[in-house]
Amino acid sequence: MITPQAGPVQPTTENTPQILMCPPNHYGIEYEINPWMCRQRPCDHTAAVTQWRALRQLLEAAGAKIFCMPPVLGMPDLIFTANAALIYQDLAVIARFRYPQRQVEVPQDEHWLATHGFRTCHLPPGMFFEGAGDALFCGDTLFAGYRIRSDIRSHLNLGTLLGCRVIPLELVQPHFYHLDTCFCPLEPGLAIYYPPAFDEYGQRALAESIAELIPVDSDEAQNFACNAVVLGRTVITNSGCPNLHDQLRRHGFEPRETPLGEFVKAGGSAKCLTLRLDGEDAAAWRRAGGRGKKGHVVVSGGSSAASPHPTVLTFRYRKRNHVGQDSNLVYNEESLTPFVP
Amino acid sequence: MIHHAQHSITEGNECFEEVEIRGHIIDSLILPKVLDCISANGGSFRIKQIAIGQARNDPSYALVEVRAGDAAALDVILGQIADHGAVPTTVNDCSLEPADIAGTFPEGFYSTTNQPTEIRLERKWIPVAAQEMDCGVVYDAASGTARCVPMNEIVPGDRVVVGHVGVRVHPEERPHGSQAFEFMNSNVSTEKPKNVAIREISHDLARNRAAGGRTLFVGGPAIVHTGSGESLCQLIRGGYIDVLFAGNAMAAHDIEQALFGTSLGVYLDRGGLAEAGHEHHLRAINRIRRCGGIRAAVEKGILTAGIMYECVRQGVDCVLCGSIRDDGPLPEVVTDVLEAQHAMREKIRGVSFCLMVATTLHSIAVGNLLPSGVKVVCVDINPSTAIKLSDRGTFQTVGLVTDVEPFLRVLVAELSALEATTTEKVQS
Repeated sequence: MITPQAGPVQPTTENTPQILMCPPNHYGIEYEINPWMCRQRPCDHTAAVTQWRALRQLLEAAGAKIFCMPPVLGMPDLIFTANAALIYQDLAVIARFRYPQRQVEVPQDEHWLATHGFRTCHLPPGMFFEGAGDALFCGDTLFAGYRIRSDIRSHLNLGTLLGCRVIPLELVQPHFYHLDTCFCPLEPGLAIYYPPAFDEYGQRALAESIAELIPVDSDEAQNFACNAVVLGRTVITNSGCPNLHDQLRRHGFEPRETPLGEFVKAGGSAKCLTLRLDGEDAAAWRRAGGRGKKGHVVVSGGSSAASPHPTVLTFRYRKRNHVGQDSNLVYNEESLTPFVP
Repeated sequence: MIHHAQHSITEGNECFEEVEIRGHIIDSLILPKVLDCISANGGSFRIKQIAIGQARNDPSYALVEVRAGDAAALDVILGQIADHGAVPTTVNDCSLEPADIAGTFPEGFYSTTNQPTEIRLERKWIPVAAQEMDCGVVYDAASGTARCVPMNEIVPGDRVVVGHVGVRVHPEERPHGSQAFEFMNSNVSTEKPKNVAIREISHDLARNRAAGGRTLFVGGPAIVHTGSGESLCQLIRGGYIDVLFAGNAMAAHDIEQALFGTSLGVYLDRGGLAEAGHEHHLRAINRIRRCGGIRAAVEKGILTAGIMYECVRQGVDCVLCGSIRDDGPLPEVVTDVLEAQHAMREKIRGVSFCLMVATTLHSIAVGNLLPSGVKVVCVDINPSTAIKLSDRGTFQTVGLVTDVEPFLRVLVAELSALEATTTEKVQS
């Protein structure tokens, strides 16, 4: 039994990377919503737990502080925390999943983020958005994948909401259904990508927006080479990406690998299993100062056609205890409760 | 391969829809992608409006008109570009309400302009026929067509468009480049070279005749008073006029001139008042009434010259509209104004050029009936006539402030010169 460990997410004052994960207690191939998933090819649960632990240890060894959200029975993909939300400073734009199988995860994701110091908001109904899986900052630009899971209207809303440049990129290969399966910013102006996952417009837009792109070959792309976790100069990927690792070393990075084959069965790897809470290393806003400390909370569902901007209410901090129902663990959390003036 | 297709505006009955695209559509190449997608699917496009973000983080906006050969092809294109964020600006059908009282619209009816209009029903755009300002739009479900209907012609049960939702208007585009009237940028010109303007009008008349278009002439009695009736006769004989709208007065004084040589009792050839000349127009009207009408008078050989005579001979469609100060009137004069409006509407169909000369009331009445696509030239000694026309919505009017006699004389001379040049070219 894996015991999730939790603690308050503090606004970054030092450079400690903070990552949200979810233990694979209830992980399994229970449905098929991408070409990788096949219920006839189930995961080896013991192996999955071992692989997840090894990844966590690798992340911690690289200096990351890991937060765990409680796993929930019947939500096998809750482990892929990258899809929970897009983090921008202290704002979490909560996912609107395309498939009902994952839509049930939203309350879990939102609850965890809202009770860990994040303002949360939802994009308007009628559009799909799958969090950091489809939206990655490189420098001051948000690169956003669309067509397979997220749709382009969500990107327009993100641009308005965050006031940043958003470059939508059409994903054209079903196996690379999220942007984070074929694109990974390493630092401002440098990213790895798998070109065939994009159409020519997308490839050209990337080439014109990012100074240097490191292409990944087909075999390694299939091994989820692009689904990498970047922690400073350390880049962690699934095993079996030697060519990429050579390139990374030539660019001054320290690649690390760990077997994640049990998660590839579900269409995920290192990056999918993590949500960077303090901002990806390549995000300009993180480099400029990171998360804001407090302010206001954006209440979900407040958008309408008349007003594209979410309703804003003021919140105040309060300490409280919360009992994690699913894991039977007691969390000490710094949480938020509404303040009504 | 990424290509930037040349776009074109295809005329005809093809379908089109306006879509808008927002966001960082330039840097992401989403806009060229959408445009290429339209072209690749056999459609065409026109960027109607574009606003490029100034700063790096500013989003851009494009309003694009998408055209395709038929509704099915358009649907395919719209479906594909929607995936890239291009969404139709109109997504709702228009509202229809049955007329409950004869001669009235339902409250909240859509009031028309004179510009090409379409209504949206069952996700399809239907062109509105018989475009005319200040009317309502009635949809006929049986034929699937829509048309402008004036208030007084509404019958109970007519399905009338209410509100502005699902209605789109296409402003008439002014020609660019060295087109006719390029020199007359101000619509009413009092201080412009008249000869150049009249030469352009002569070219327009000739072009319209050559292209098989119909020219409408709207005239007042000053044409006869000033002695320029013969010039108009020459235009009619030359086949330049297809439809004539006038009042009782122009026809009566034209016939007075044909029968007595006077207009309002004044001899047109030598000037000076005729003895009992003020009675001439009454005697002229009376003689035509005794014949049973203008056409009958021509057929009986009683009326043998003049504008109305030439109209009968040349088969020009005439509508003479009465007013409360009319003498007689001549039998052809329609004295019920609604009937007169109706008759004018019938004759306006197919008119592509309109010359309004020396009449304020008839000019404005006709201006109200004309769709905006019909080019209008208004010639009057009083600038207010052309100004009034424009102010009342006939903004396509080009005004020429001049006395009618020199205008028509020079126009005829220009047309003769034009015909001579054309003949020379044909012979050589």
